[in-house]
Amino acid sequence: MKNENLYNYILGIADNNLILGQRLGELCGHGPSLETDIACTNISLDLLGQVRSYYQYASKLKGDNVTEDSIAFLRKEKEYVNVLLVEQPNTDFAYTIVRQFLFDIYNNLFLEELQKSHDITLVAIAKKSIKEVSYHRRFSSDWVKRLGDGTKESNLKVQEAVDNLWTYTDELFHLTDADKAMVKEGIGVDVTVLKSKYYKIVNTLLTEANIVIPDSKWFQKGGKEGIHTEHMGYLLNDMQFMQRTYPNMEW
Amino acid sequence: MSEEQIKSLEADFDARIARDEKIEPKDWMPEKYRKTHIRQISQHAHSEIVGMLPEGNWITRAPSLRRKVALLAKVQDEAGHGLYLYSACETLGVSRDELYEQLHSGKAKYSSIFNYPTLTWADMGAIGWLVDGAAIINQVPLCSTSFGPYARAMVRVCKEESFHQRQGFEIMYKLCNGTPEQKEMAQDALNRWWWPSLMMLGPTDAESVHTEQSMKWKLKRKTNDELRQQFIDQTVPQADILGLKIPDTDLKWNEETGHYNFGEIQWDEFWQVVKGHGPCNKERLNARKGAWEKGAWVRDAAMAYAEKQSNKKIEKVV
Ligand SMILES: [Fe+2]
Ligand SMILES: [Fe+2]
Ligand SMILES: [Fe+2]
Repeated sequence: MKNENLYNYILGIADNNLILGQRLGELCGHGPSLETDIACTNISLDLLGQVRSYYQYASKLKGDNVTEDSIAFLRKEKEYVNVLLVEQPNTDFAYTIVRQFLFDIYNNLFLEELQKSHDITLVAIAKKSIKEVSYHRRFSSDWVKRLGDGTKESNLKVQEAVDNLWTYTDELFHLTDADKAMVKEGIGVDVTVLKSKYYKIVNTLLTEANIVIPDSKWFQKGGKEGIHTEHMGYLLNDMQFMQRTYPNMEW
Repeated sequence: MSEEQIKSLEADFDARIARDEKIEPKDWMPEKYRKTHIRQISQHAHSEIVGMLPEGNWITRAPSLRRKVALLAKVQDEAGHGLYLYSACETLGVSRDELYEQLHSGKAKYSSIFNYPTLTWADMGAIGWLVDGAAIINQVPLCSTSFGPYARAMVRVCKEESFHQRQGFEIMYKLCNGTPEQKEMAQDALNRWWWPSLMMLGPTDAESVHTEQSMKWKLKRKTNDELRQQFIDQTVPQADILGLKIPDTDLKWNEETGHYNFGEIQWDEFWQVVKGHGPCNKERLNARKGAWEKGAWVRDAAMAYAEKQSNKKIEKVV
């Protein structure tokens, strides 16, 4: 395929949204309040809407019989290239919020840059998405502050979530081969450049929320290369259930 | 207040309703009116949020991105309906926490239909088509009910419910025009949801306790049996379009009455579910209670944080 790198680059962006949208979808109807329930569902809806735009674009590049749904539902685990952060489970509301926060700050910085891409379709998607994502960022940041600076119990819960999810942050700034190729062509974002800004924003906000910044220098990686955590198989099992059980049907 | 004064207030109140005026939360109202409305509106609100669960069950497994997004949006709409209805109820002087407490303790009821399991993707179609369809029939008359906040909430809710119903029908339509396996899935869903949907319109008139008073207050415009007939008459031709068979051997068009005749409803099953012994009563209530209990620390934190913030503002002023 001529645009192999671009295709892979798009999946590298969109798989994050798909898997995070899927995780948030699990919570619908089970939130701590109606308002947070509605807000988390909103974020899920935004992310999945963005996924559709990306995959529709990717399916055009790929041609053949590839559709947004075959990309979303019919790959093997190793072919999903989302970061490990987004596949982490909804252990409790603190994990959900902290996962969201750690991703949103990145995503917002990323989309700001993607708007400068030489690929006009990606620019259009980025422009539409960043409005939504800046709202997500505000929502998750507010909740990190609220929970971090709420009660003793909520502070401990957020601290625990930060301590456990921190190890997945560094991977956000890794470049795959497809990423490198796209950076070279002026299409992709050089995420390595975003790293220091990211940690500055995250650290400032966490400090404001009375959360201690983990000083661990040990990070996990692999998602971007298709090597996932043990959670991923179960997530895909659910997500692909219909397509695998009833192949080649339309819904 | 003397008895005479109350009598005259009541007479005024009844006259206002008869003139089709809206009763607003700050207006005087008989205690029974307030209580009845708290009961009915909260029951309706509970139905919306418990109703999120059976469909929420399929969000992670929806068969396409388009369907996943539509289902999420639908379930989110139901949360929104719950929100408006709780707010309408709160104007009558009861807090949302109290209402939740009544739901969780089993004191308050919610629509029994949500105590049935969703076993296949076709259930998402059947619920939208039949359950939202029956809900519309129940709720359209409430758009002109006497209590202002309830009537206004219902206008908004009904618009969305009819969208849900079309969406459900469309899911069914796709299945019925798909592979034999898909069509069979659709038929199976209809078989399971048909009778519970008929029961959803409430016990038969002979057994219905509140009807007369409710008619006067415009909480009801037609009897349960009339609504049920309306639902059947409307739905049978839709099943024909789908090429599905309604699971009732007595179902037959009656030229004389201009309505469908239908078979006997198993009211024993209805009462069994109402009394808490349906297939999923425990699961539904536990899911709601679980979400509430697990969310307690979050709500406490939000409250504590808000308090700290407002103290900070006060300190700044002084
Ligand atoms: Fe609803
Ligand atoms: Fe409803
Ligand atoms: Fe609905």
